[in-house]
Amino acid sequence: MKDSITTVLYNRQMAPGYYCMGIAAPGYPQLARPGQFVMVRVNQSYDPLLRRPFGIFRTGTEELSHSEMESQDYMEVVYKVVGRGTRLMSHLVAGDEVGLLGPLGQGFCISPDAGGAMRDAVLVGGGIGVVPLFMLAQQLVARGVKVHLLLGGRNCGDILALAEFERLGVKTSIATDDGTLGEKCFVTQLLQATLQKFPAVQVFACGPTPMLHAVQQICAAAGAELQVSLEATMACGVGACLGCVVEGRNHSEQQPEYLCTCKQGPVFDAHELAWTQEALGPVLTPAEDSL
Amino acid sequence: MSSLNHMKRMSPPPKLEVEIAGLRLKNPVMPASGTFGYGEEFSPYLDLEQLGAIVTKGISLAPKAGNPMPRLAETPAGMLNAIGLQNVGIEAFCSQKVEFLKKISTPVIVNFFGNTLEEYIEVARRLNEVERVDAVELNISCPNVKAGGIVFGTDPVTAARVVSAVRREVQVPLIVKLSPNVTDIRVMARAVEDAGADAISCINTLTGMAVDLERRCLSLANGTGGLSGPAIKPVALRMVHQVVSSVSIPVIGIGGIMSAEDALEFLLVGARAVQVGTANLVNPGAMANIIAGIEEFLAQRGIEDVNSWIGSLK
Ligand SMILES: Cc1cc2nc3c(=O)[nH]c(=O)nc-3n(C[C@H](O)[C@H](O)[C@H](O)COP(=O)(O)OP(=O)(O)OC[C@H]3O[C@@H](n4cnc5c(N)ncnc54)[C@H](O)[C@@H]3O)c2cc1C
Ligand SMILES: Cc1cc2nc3c(=O)[nH]c(=O)nc-3n(C[C@H](O)[C@H](O)[C@H](O)COP(=O)(O)O)c2cc1C
Ligand code: FES
Repeated sequence: MKDSITTVLYNRQMAPGYYCMGIAAPGYPQLARPGQFVMVRVNQSYDPLLRRPFGIFRTGTEELSHSEMESQDYMEVVYKVVGRGTRLMSHLVAGDEVGLLGPLGQGFCISPDAGGAMRDAVLVGGGIGVVPLFMLAQQLVARGVKVHLLLGGRNCGDILALAEFERLGVKTSIATDDGTLGEKCFVTQLLQATLQKFPAVQVFACGPTPMLHAVQQICAAAGAELQVSLEATMACGVGACLGCVVEGRNHSEQQPEYLCTCKQGPVFDAHELAWTQEALGPVLTPAEDSL
Repeated sequence: MSSLNHMKRMSPPPKLEVEIAGLRLKNPVMPASGTFGYGEEFSPYLDLEQLGAIVTKGISLAPKAGNPMPRLAETPAGMLNAIGLQNVGIEAFCSQKVEFLKKISTPVIVNFFGNTLEEYIEVARRLNEVERVDAVELNISCPNVKAGGIVFGTDPVTAARVVSAVRREVQVPLIVKLSPNVTDIRVMARAVEDAGADAISCINTLTGMAVDLERRCLSLANGTGGLSGPAIKPVALRMVHQVVSSVSIPVIGIGGIMSAEDALEFLLVGARAVQVGTANLVNPGAMANIIAGIEEFLAQRGIEDVNSWIGSLK
């Protein structure tokens, strides 16, 4: 975990409203685990004051032939412009400075089941929720796990990083609300169909809270193991302010069991959480964005 | 010119040590309660031994659940929080959190609160028995459940009653943290001084509100929240100045301190030490930079001891 001021390497538009930013990030290729996140400080001014949380899309090391430095570690953030902070981010160019705190939080847990076997994996991404799934897919594939990716969005513009997943050899199914790409349905319907065919899988999901609720119900009914990556408003990202909590499974007013999304999450085993309507906090990403 | 530079380089670094009610601090910089967890959370980013003191998250008698989400809203140059004083309670604090604090030598100030006068007294009594507690900070910005939710810290008579009751329970220095949500903070300051406070810290957050135009609702689930960060610094400076001028006990300045310059402003108007809050959330290493910056500022001006800067407003 490090806090540094570092440089933007590139900042490319991927699709209308979506950007991919490469940031110099020494050590990240070794340190960062799938599902972890970073807190980005867009600039050093007091407005916006707080850092913004972003999933780590991928990390890597670039060989630099014409420079004194031989290689450069980097990480990529894939983000959607939704407000002031992300708009300012979209204006940054190579060479600009940003504050980078991370890698933070608990990522996805990749482990064999009780019998010692690696189960096939189904990855469910809603809109920008695809971000933490890429590194996860990379590591699952590297371990020889069969990965099936289900992506959902309002329209084809919300379906990101398809080419990257295809290069990994991951089988991908797509659902859009308007049918402009893949099937015209919800991604949760794809999940339901997949679990009917292959019940003995592990599911990993990231997306808007209403989608996660639906995914949890489908997985619980099918008896599939589920890990989810949650969103919450954050200030510190390190477990100090208690601004990002969700209700743990045994939570009650008398015996509060709050979990910090930033520190104990953002990835949780579905069994750790209470799945009442209020338990995961308010819906941050509007529901019409990619169920 | 070059010989002057040479002399500056040779002179010893300025003394930063300050004293608050018998408590000696290596330097005047400490975290503000609720923005630093119980210390442990920040050890990857900061050498805790560097700090003047550690101030914990507010502790109550029973564990407290806090408010529903959303608890945070960003505002221009500031933030609103409605955490609702979520904490593990005195029992778990003693059994789980004190152990870590034993590993470091920095003085520990435990912030605490109650929903009733009796709760304040009971927590104070328990804290007084904990060896690692070097001072307590009494947060009076809490609603009095038995008095229909009127905040203890907004009425001088009630505030004085809490302070004198707690005073009888603790031998360690008693710091009273004032709320800015009052008509005249000087009245509150004098009331708690007369009731036996050894020091005052101020300010706590300013009550505020934010609305969400898209959803047509209040941004925080609790409705109101406490405003902190750079936006409140001018208000905080004014109040610290007023309090310093009306009491003779030491004052710890709090509110919107992001940089060494901000801290030096509070010291200049007479604060004996400062607490850094929101800045820790933005930058977990903030206090290290602030301490280094204070030292550099004083050294550049040939000021040998921070105590000769404190209260030296012309
Ligand atoms: C663990 C985690 C990982 C994330 N990963 C990604 C990612 O990979 N790509 C991406 O595009 N977005 C991601 N988000 C959401 C992203 O943090 C928000 O979209 C962003 O903070 C919006 O900032 P803004 O200034 O543009 O919006 P504004 O609405 O102006 O922000 C105002 C405040 O609300 C907070 N906020 C607003 N929307 C969200 C949200 N959906 N989630 C959390 N806080 C929010 C902001 O951080 C800020 O404090 C992630 C969120 C979390 C918690
Ligand atoms: C997230 C958060 C939690 C806080 N919790 C407490 C608390 O438990 N007890 C307390 O006395 N003050 C609490 N405060 C107030 C701070 O200690 C401080 O007085 C205030 O934030 C102003 O300082 P700042 O502008 O440097 O943040 C909290 C502030 C924040 C931002
Ligand atoms: S964001 Fe501060 S505790 Fe999680």
